[in-house]
Amino acid sequence: MNAVLIIAKKELQSYFDSLIAYIMLVLFLGFSGFFTWLYGSDIFMVGQATLQSFFSIAYWTLFFFTPALTMRLLAEEKKTGTIEMLLTKAVSDRQVVLGKFLSALMLVMIALAFTLPYVITLSKLGNIDAGEVICGYGGLVLMSAAYISIGLYASSLTNNQIVAFLLALSIGLFFHIIFDVLASSFTGIPAQVFSTLSLSNHFESMSRGVVDSRDLIYFISIVFMGLFLSELSLTKRNLN
Amino acid sequence: MNIQIENLSKQYGYQKAVDHISFEVRPGEVLGFLGPNGAGKSTTMKMITGYLSIGEGDVRLGGKSVREYGDDLKRHIGYLPENNPLYLDMPVIDYLEFCAALQGVHSSDIGKRVREMVRVCGLNAEKHKKIGELSKGYRQRVGLAQAMIHDPEVLVLDEPTTGLDPNQIVEIRKLIRELGKEKTVVLSTHILPEVEATCDRILIINKGKIVADGSAESLRKQATGQEIIKLRIEDASPDAIMQELRRLQNIDTVELVDKTMNRFEVQSASGKSSRREIFQLCVQKGWVLSELIPIETRLEDIFRNLTTN
Repeated sequence: MNAVLIIAKKELQSYFDSLIAYIMLVLFLGFSGFFTWLYGSDIFMVGQATLQSFFSIAYWTLFFFTPALTMRLLAEEKKTGTIEMLLTKAVSDRQVVLGKFLSALMLVMIALAFTLPYVITLSKLGNIDAGEVICGYGGLVLMSAAYISIGLYASSLTNNQIVAFLLALSIGLFFHIIFDVLASSFTGIPAQVFSTLSLSNHFESMSRGVVDSRDLIYFISIVFMGLFLSELSLTKRNLN
Repeated sequence: MNIQIENLSKQYGYQKAVDHISFEVRPGEVLGFLGPNGAGKSTTMKMITGYLSIGEGDVRLGGKSVREYGDDLKRHIGYLPENNPLYLDMPVIDYLEFCAALQGVHSSDIGKRVREMVRVCGLNAEKHKKIGELSKGYRQRVGLAQAMIHDPEVLVLDEPTTGLDPNQIVEIRKLIRELGKEKTVVLSTHILPEVEATCDRILIINKGKIVADGSAESLRKQATGQEIIKLRIEDASPDAIMQELRRLQNIDTVELVDKTMNRFEVQSASGKSSRREIFQLCVQKGWVLSELIPIETRLEDIFRNLTTN
């Protein structure tokens, strides 16, 4: 088995062993279920067979949950020193980063898989647009991947989990909302730059069912950037 | 697979942790790495195992440079890091299986290797517990088991016997000796008798530089220019014996240690032995030489000499 998969499997296992996975699943499903079906601008209020309300609530819940998943990935290993044991095994720094990234992404995908009953329920209530649903889920996965890679980078910078969490959240906040706000308060080229950088713009167009190669490139480049920087800061290790 | 270290250096800021050291370790050799805290032992080991990047110089394993083939070479190294970091929330068996898989042990052999390690390291009673529930000695055994799980050709052990009880220490030393017959072993320790018990060769390092290299015996020879002997001579007054001893050519100093028992401590002139002269003196005078004990310089003294000042 490839080293990336071995590490991903072990990390996923430890999410479930340490109850993080169960807490995250319960909270995510609780929040998104409550706001999708029961409260606020829920599906019955909108009165259309669309998962828009779920996508917009998941956009926020995942934003808060991914830093909680990624904060321990590297920071804990650095704190306990196990990183030395891990990196002197027959694995490269890149494989460690990819394995950890994959484990968090798999957990998010498991959480999203539990919301598939929403789709089934809704398809019984009316005609849903399959393309829109697939794009929406794809957008959520891509967004989570972007935030996981940012979180992983934050976790690689420190050996304190709380610092990693807050750092990931504050970097994420720029993409999530601040760039969007800046875009609307500027004009001309700065406005264009900020609106390109804003994650919400890209996510919105995907969740409406529009697949644009620019959106895909945007998400994938954030992921690459995050993973690249994580690997870089892992390689620059020093004796503690 | 041999280890060749060529002009290895590493610098942290202004401080040189390792300063141009070179040595070689061959298969079938156990090298003991000694030095005071902060001498650069761990840094050197971390560079051999590929955890830290090499500052200057090179480390070669089986002729291949760690700089170029680092990730491939890690497969051939078993490493027990300082302080033995472990995943405390993992059960022992799961942890060993994880390590075996990472080290590229074929999936059909993993079970066999894990059972073998559990047996060799005496983990049978504790194998289903989480590592966090184990005592320090058992954790140390888990650390050793993970280092040896893939049957590596090179073993690098940073203080392998800390936290073990005396029985376990004897067992682990025996195990290291056994492994050292075929493999290349480098171990660091603060316990000097341990080096004598397990190592073929001793390397003492101080402030990043090698200050001594050789077997325990050859280090002793280097360190003791002068032979020291404890004597007990009967049938004469201590003063008379002192006087006669002082006349002997090869004797440098004589000291009366115990008046009532007629015990003396004699230091020979450098490079010479006075044992025969003493014996003949006693025969000539008709004294009884009831004790003659050569004093070996202790490794502790050699170590202290080389690493202070």
